[in-house]
Amino acid sequence: MSKETGALAQIQRQIQWNRLIAVVEEQAQTMIRTAFSTTVREAGDLSAGIFDLEGRMLAQAVTGTPGHVNSMAESVGHFLKKFPAHVMKPGDHYITNDPWLATGHLHDLTVVTPAFRNGRIVGLFANTAHIIDIGGLGMGPEGRSVFEEGLYIPIVKCFDRNVPNETFFDFIRAGSRTPVELEGDIYSLCACNDAGAKRLVEMMDEFAMDSLDELGGYIFDASTRATLAEIAKLPRDTYRAEIKSDGYEAPVTLKAAMTIHDDRIVVNFAGTSGLSNRGINVPPAYCRAYACFGIKCVVAPEVPNNWASLLPFQMEIPEGCILNAPHPYPVSVRHVVGQLLPDLMMGCLHQAVPERVNAEGSSALWNPPLRGGSQVSGQAAETEDFEIITFNSGGTGARPTKDGLDGTAFPSGVRTMPVEATENVAPVIFWQKQLRPDSAGAGRTRGGFGQVMEIGAKGDAEFAVNAIFDRVANPPKGRDGGGEGAAGWVGLNDPNGTVLRTKGFQIVPKGKHLLLKLPGGGGMGDPKERDPDLVKRDVEDGLVSLEAARAVYGFKSG
Amino acid sequence: MTSDTANARLAVDIGGTFTDLAIEKGDQRWTAKVLTTPHAPEQGVLEGVRQVLAKAAMAPGDLALLIHGTTLATNAIIERKGAKTALLTTEGFRDVLALANEARYDQYDLNIDLPQPLVRRRWRLPVPERLDNTGKVLLPLDEDAVRAHVAFLREEGIESLAIGFLHGFVNPAHEQRAAAIVREMWPELPVSLSSEVSPEMREWERFSTTVANAYVQPLMASYLGRLEVGLRAAGLACPLFLMLSGGGLTTIETASRFPIRLVESGPAGGAIFSAFVAKQRGFDKVLSFDMGGTTAKVCLIDDFRPQASRTFEVARVGRFKKGSGLPLRIPVIEMVEIGAGGGSIAQVDSMGRIQVGPESAGADPGPACYGRGGTHPAVTDANLALGRYQPELFAGGSLPLKPELSRAALAEHVGGKLGLSADMAGLGVVEMVDENMANAARVHAIESGKGYDGRIVIAFGGGGPVHGYRVCEKVGVKRMLVPSGAGVGSAIGFLRAPVAYEVVKSLYQRFGSFDLKAVNGLLASMSAEATKVVSEGAFGQPVEETRIAYMRYVGQGHEISVPLPPRALTEADVAEIRALYDSEYTRFYDRPVPGSDVEILSFAVTVRTVEAHVEPAAPVADGAPPKPIRHQMVRDTATGEVTEWPVYDREHMSPGAHVAGPAIVAEAETSTLIGPGWTCRMDGLGYLDLTQEAA
Repeated sequence: MSKETGALAQIQRQIQWNRLIAVVEEQAQTMIRTAFSTTVREAGDLSAGIFDLEGRMLAQAVTGTPGHVNSMAESVGHFLKKFPAHVMKPGDHYITNDPWLATGHLHDLTVVTPAFRNGRIVGLFANTAHIIDIGGLGMGPEGRSVFEEGLYIPIVKCFDRNVPNETFFDFIRAGSRTPVELEGDIYSLCACNDAGAKRLVEMMDEFAMDSLDELGGYIFDASTRATLAEIAKLPRDTYRAEIKSDGYEAPVTLKAAMTIHDDRIVVNFAGTSGLSNRGINVPPAYCRAYACFGIKCVVAPEVPNNWASLLPFQMEIPEGCILNAPHPYPVSVRHVVGQLLPDLMMGCLHQAVPERVNAEGSSALWNPPLRGGSQVSGQAAETEDFEIITFNSGGTGARPTKDGLDGTAFPSGVRTMPVEATENVAPVIFWQKQLRPDSAGAGRTRGGFGQVMEIGAKGDAEFAVNAIFDRVANPPKGRDGGGEGAAGWVGLNDPNGTVLRTKGFQIVPKGKHLLLKLPGGGGMGDPKERDPDLVKRDVEDGLVSLEAARAVYGFKSG
Repeated sequence: MTSDTANARLAVDIGGTFTDLAIEKGDQRWTAKVLTTPHAPEQGVLEGVRQVLAKAAMAPGDLALLIHGTTLATNAIIERKGAKTALLTTEGFRDVLALANEARYDQYDLNIDLPQPLVRRRWRLPVPERLDNTGKVLLPLDEDAVRAHVAFLREEGIESLAIGFLHGFVNPAHEQRAAAIVREMWPELPVSLSSEVSPEMREWERFSTTVANAYVQPLMASYLGRLEVGLRAAGLACPLFLMLSGGGLTTIETASRFPIRLVESGPAGGAIFSAFVAKQRGFDKVLSFDMGGTTAKVCLIDDFRPQASRTFEVARVGRFKKGSGLPLRIPVIEMVEIGAGGGSIAQVDSMGRIQVGPESAGADPGPACYGRGGTHPAVTDANLALGRYQPELFAGGSLPLKPELSRAALAEHVGGKLGLSADMAGLGVVEMVDENMANAARVHAIESGKGYDGRIVIAFGGGGPVHGYRVCEKVGVKRMLVPSGAGVGSAIGFLRAPVAYEVVKSLYQRFGSFDLKAVNGLLASMSAEATKVVSEGAFGQPVEETRIAYMRYVGQGHEISVPLPPRALTEADVAEIRALYDSEYTRFYDRPVPGSDVEILSFAVTVRTVEAHVEPAAPVADGAPPKPIRHQMVRDTATGEVTEWPVYDREHMSPGAHVAGPAIVAEAETSTLIGPGWTCRMDGLGYLDLTQEAA
């Protein structure tokens, strides 16, 4: 190969990598456009990617949420174990919601589709989406085993050479409270993989590629090199941190010892609390996903996600701890613990690179699953049956040079739904949804503010919440002298301020509203060093009370 | 307006740096370019009008029409120079603008900034009141609270007010009553209502749009008033129209009430220009590709109409990042804009990949080859290193380029890091920017629910004709047209725009329980509203009406637009519309979803003056082959081979003339590259028609 031909080949491989990322982005956009569940189409709780025939992820859509990202990356290998590439046929689509083979709870469907070119299988497309209902107890922590949490779909074909597996769809329709949405979403997931496969074949035609192996090798090499170069910049040592979650029956402690090696970062979770009897347990793939995300967005945020770029981040999760839940432990709301992992990782990394790490935030989403009608009130029901969930967030942690973000999802990548849209799909009324003053952890840079939400049923009818909230007994911590964010609060809007449990199924009685106060993010640095103009602005905007400004920030005027 | 080409018509497009003007009369055209005067833009306009009239040897009174587009509203939002604005909103929801969608637009960047609301919290004031999703009153409007707020806002020196209540688009009574109270107490305060500015579901988008309208309204109303006075004083007696972001024209009065509808009028002009060119050639599926100095814009044009949309983001804080701007829900021409232009800077990322843009060298210092101190390689440098430009003839010879500076910059910042020569680095940069533009075009088509197969590209702007053929190859398009007059394309587009107005309203319907009477009532009232606005400017020209329903399967989140007949609907129509939806859906997504009911979210009614019939250009016989004016050694980006490409002067080509690629057709403002395997034929209109031969 002449020097110039070699140079051209090098440039073309870069172009092909870019194209592959565009292909999976088309795949994700097709899902968003065709999905039925609000969780996908409004909230963006999804992910999409392309894999080689060994089940290694080559590229992943930028659109998507971290919990799916890395756990979906592991799942394709499990599909291949059951259905090796050589038995797959054009028009086949395979599906599962196995929490241990896919993304950690039954509410996530993962579909894998082979892509064929000239009659030969060349790659696999996978995607994951969070659907609204899969039967069972519904989204919530109450199950005592995964069997109570909903319909369990082993890895099966949902389409066999383009023909729908009607037996499968019969089971699906019968097993869900929202059969139309569920079936529609499965069609959407298949359509989106088809779109990806079509584009992949066009790309391979254009570049006259017989297989993805050479491109894969280049992607993996470049990603490994870039990731290792970033790891090499970190001081070698072992860093320890811990964080507490409210838990269900007892508080949960998460412990990590992070060792930076020359060529990898290894996190050992020894000392972490044991398993819960309820659905807050975290399957190991989900633990790896969020722990890895927390490290990666500090250490190597620019390296695209693929098999090689995730490989140097290794997790040692002891058996019997809550981050390594075995089958059939309940795992429905694994996010409420799992989403604290980036804060835990940053607790370690803060000792290595303090200038690149945030204070702790609200972190775990505050998604109230709401149910009403006969499944709550029986024959006394005053509303139609409904089952909805909205995605909401408290404040994020302060950043070294910037305030935290108010009411914004982190580490999750989801969006919330408009109140007007939610009120159109279910008989509920949101009486308030606004920032929560004095909730941001104080600091030179402060945390983001949490928010207050007050929700009733139409006509103030009885309804139920399946609570999955955290950071009520354990508010987000500040760093470097910054203050704690305000703790969360769950209760009723009555004059006594009736408190509800942070986890579990509870009735909101007729005439009452559910009141949620979402945590604020932790602060960073000494509050007395904060720019007084910024304090003044928060006071004028009614976000920080004058008393707090004086006492905490040493605010003089006003 | 286009039906009346015998009279002289003037278009004025105020951009960030230049104000472009074009007069057309019959098939003659005169143009002028003057510097924009940001502190008082009407001054630049008046100066430009004087210059272009002089060029055309016309008196102000000779003009029959003036059409104006401006980026003033956009700039006021980007630079935060609008009015001190307040918002009255439903108690419990004062932070809708701050909470936005509670999301980060970049998952891995811990340091992102989110766009700050145009109204700070102190001036976002809660009013006790509440409607449900059907418009039923759950809590009556607290009128005393409104009065107390007005008193406070007066003390605070507020200059403009937005009112937006939850579900106010279903039942505007509370918003209207609150506005009446404000007007009683403070008649001169401008007030924008969400139920008028953007009467659609989704409170964040609706309030954001309403607040943005209020924010720019005093400024725009004042500017438009001064402009009109100035033009009248200068002797112009003709009607004055404003270009809307949706591609239609409107009167000063309507523009002053809803100035937010003017935001993207410049790019809209470019898209209309493309649509007109498409019509001249009878191309019904087009991808418009406009590449300039800092950005490239791609727009889909079906049946000679640029794709319409109702969502737009202004003032993105993460450069070109979706989700990082303030959402506006107004009629706009849908286009994707990416940071890829001649000035876009190339660098190498940590994976050893070439990255191009979105940072731009701008006009100053500009690309390295300008010799004005720029040291980072830009796309123009890469094109120069490939031999695509003749250095001493760039920009008509007004800006001689320095190839050695390009090579040095490419070698230092790209080649050296990858073990590539400067020339091969240049190839890598151009391939990457072409790939980025092609990917943006493809993803845009998917997001729009449209395909890109079988489209024809219309390329313009300084970079469009240079990069066009390779972008076509990457998208899989086999034909490309390069029109003439592309330098002032937006202004020319203004002259092709109809007087038009679009009204969008939400009215929830399911086919299982279709309320024919309610729908017909709504459509009739929307039609009357749009007709009234248009008739003010149509001067008796015939008008036409289009109606659209935005539909989806119950439970889905994204709608498909389905055309409705522009008359009262019958039961038979309803069944037909339902069937049409299934077939449209299947066209996009291969299989319909069994057993799902279909819902309608909203309706759009557009009334516009009938566009002049354009006779598709007659075919011309083959002309004499042109003679090359010179040859250049050019490196082909697909193969890396350097060969001699003949260069032809566009001015010397006659209709019917053929040129086989590889070749370059040069003109003052740009060059059209005809890649290997492509042929170019000049059509009867003087446009360059490029076709890729079957491989």
